[in-house]
Amino acid sequence: MLKIKDLHASVEGKEILTGVNLEVKPGEVHAIMGPNGSGKSTLASVIAGNEDFEITKGTILFEGEDLDEVSPEERAHKGIFLSFQYPVEIPGVSVTNFMKTAINESRKARGQEDMPANQMLKLIREKSELLDIDRKFLSRSLNEGFSGGEKKRNEIFQMAMLEPKMAILDETDSGLDIDALRIVANGVNKLKSKDNAVILITHYQRLLEYIIPDFVHVIHDGKIVKSGTKELALELEEKGYDWLKKEPVA
Amino acid sequence: MDLKEKLVSSFMAFENNVDLDHPIHDIRSEAIKNFETKGFPSRKEEAWKYTSLNSLQKIDFSIFPKEENALEYNHVKKYFLHEIDTYKIVFVDGIYSSFLSETTHDGVDICLMSSALTKPMYKPVIDVYFNKVASKEESLTTLNTAFSREGAYIYIPKNKAPKKPVEILHFATGNEASLMLQPRNLIIVEENAELQVIERHQSLTKNEVLTNSVTEIFAAKDAIVDYYKVQNDTNDASLIDNTYIAQKDKSVVKVHTFSFGGKLTRNNLNFYQDGEYIDSTLKGVTILGEKQHVDHHTLVHHQQPNCESHQDYKGIYGERSTGVFNGKIIVDKIAQKTNAFQQNNNVLISDKATINTKPQLEIFADDVRCSHGCTIGQLDEDAMFYLQSRGIPRKEATGLLMYAFANNVLESVRLPELKKRINKLIATKLGVRLGFDL
Ligand SMILES: Nc1ncnc2c1ncn2[C@@H]1O[C@H](COP(=O)(O)OP(=O)(O)OP(=O)(O)O)[C@@H](O)[C@H]1O
Ligand SMILES: [Mg+2]
Repeated sequence: MLKIKDLHASVEGKEILTGVNLEVKPGEVHAIMGPNGSGKSTLASVIAGNEDFEITKGTILFEGEDLDEVSPEERAHKGIFLSFQYPVEIPGVSVTNFMKTAINESRKARGQEDMPANQMLKLIREKSELLDIDRKFLSRSLNEGFSGGEKKRNEIFQMAMLEPKMAILDETDSGLDIDALRIVANGVNKLKSKDNAVILITHYQRLLEYIIPDFVHVIHDGKIVKSGTKELALELEEKGYDWLKKEPVA
Repeated sequence: MDLKEKLVSSFMAFENNVDLDHPIHDIRSEAIKNFETKGFPSRKEEAWKYTSLNSLQKIDFSIFPKEENALEYNHVKKYFLHEIDTYKIVFVDGIYSSFLSETTHDGVDICLMSSALTKPMYKPVIDVYFNKVASKEESLTTLNTAFSREGAYIYIPKNKAPKKPVEILHFATGNEASLMLQPRNLIIVEENAELQVIERHQSLTKNEVLTNSVTEIFAAKDAIVDYYKVQNDTNDASLIDNTYIAQKDKSVVKVHTFSFGGKLTRNNLNFYQDGEYIDSTLKGVTILGEKQHVDHHTLVHHQQPNCESHQDYKGIYGERSTGVFNGKIIVDKIAQKTNAFQQNNNVLISDKATINTKPQLEIFADDVRCSHGCTIGQLDEDAMFYLQSRGIPRKEATGLLMYAFANNVLESVRLPELKKRINKLIATKLGVRLGFDL
């Protein structure tokens, strides 16, 4: 589904991704861990098409298609979704209106008509219940004044609405209380199928107890320095990253 | 002959058609003298630095409307707030159209300036109010005063409120190759009375139109006035709007100016607070493209203690459009405990568009709260990426962000149908199909 080959990306002349290789197949869950500033969010952002970063080398293939030259919105239409580490506040646009616009733009791109209003309402109701989101919340301006946890839950609500093929969750667990974490993880699990994939960026083993990864990767200095199964996450929890930083890369 | 000469020499012809014995006529004669001395403002004057009237003065405008031109209602229906019932004072090429209008004398007077200026029963009111707040110095205002004959006249007596809002509409049919209009409005809202007005100028062809309009509004104690200016005219129509508002104790006056089009628009909006606990609100949304030009000049003169003023102007400038915001606040020495707020935020969505924004504060009292701020920005790229990553294309995302940016100015619009209309206009202007009902 997603194939990243020797990806190098830089911003303002500074190379941040220094050769990332990653393959994600349908139905898989991959966890990406790594120290602060190692390039996790950059990788997520680049996959989603953020033009702040310049790709200097390498390719990203999604379902066999090279994503170079594909705009962020087209990537979204193809089924890529990024849950932001820091969701942006958009005053003046309510969550509901934002979602309606997003869904109808995706439909338009696929040559479909707008979703009928009643169907839209039903969908919103269903997904907000899944994530235990208060209806009043949906009429508020997008992310404006939302608490850290509310923003994260709202990201997953958007994911649930858009039903992407590949979701990248960038530290969605940070800032969530224990109950919220369970609700969000449960939401993600409900949306999982053999046809879609999830990339979880996290610092904590805890999330991986709820959403079990097939693979765990460690990023350091802009490249994946170790990959393994879920046991690797436990090992990291115990030992930290230092032993990996020192270990020569094969 | 340039436009000034033409106007001055036409004054005599104008005099042939009005009652020279009416006291108003002395006012007119004084006014034309002032205009003759001063002429059109030039860019040498600080207040006109960014707006040039030169090319307009070269056009051979017809000054007097010739005949009444009929318009089919269906033809112009879309310019009315037809979703609701309103009183209507409609002019076609400067001449009152009884056919399109709906006036009233039922407890309130919503009618014509021409009758107010000629019929004896209105004389006491005219004596007290006419040309009392309008400037006797500013040349374009005096030009209008000299030729004042027609426009809207609204009188709301104490404790009254008309059953419905009033629309003042001016259509130009293009019957003249180029037409100059000088409507004169007088609006009096007495103690504890209430009024809502929507004003619009609309040219229906590509012919040149220049409107030099003067509106005087008097809000007595506890009066509430909401005034909405909808400016979405053609690229061949120019408007100079001179609005003067005098407020008494505890009155609340809000003026919203929606500037979405026109070749050149100059808004001179002047508030004079003559009482305590007055609330004045000046809000504007400006969305321009092509080579359109809008110049907002506001003045709030705090002359008494314990009053407030709120200014919030948002501007979105695309293509080669140009904008000006000049907001002057004067706080007299006696006007302690004044709260004066002014905000002007602009976004340039094209690198060829420009905005000049300048606050001008003259504060002579020491115990005041006064804040002002102006910003000129580009689109927020983080927000843009966020929207795009949800599948909203750049163009629509721009629209949505700009819509959100302008949106909060509409919160104070008290007519839901008008709010809807303006929202739609904003969406159209920004070229977006909003994926939701407004
Ligand atoms: N727009 C930018 N301009 C300059 N430097 C940037 C920019 N974006 C990211 N960086 C730098 O790139 C490096 C990687 O940042 P990134 O956000 O990808 O880290 P991360 O692994 O997600 O860290 P964290 O765990 O703290 O979220 C950091 O050193 C960061 O300062
Ligand atoms: Mg990060």
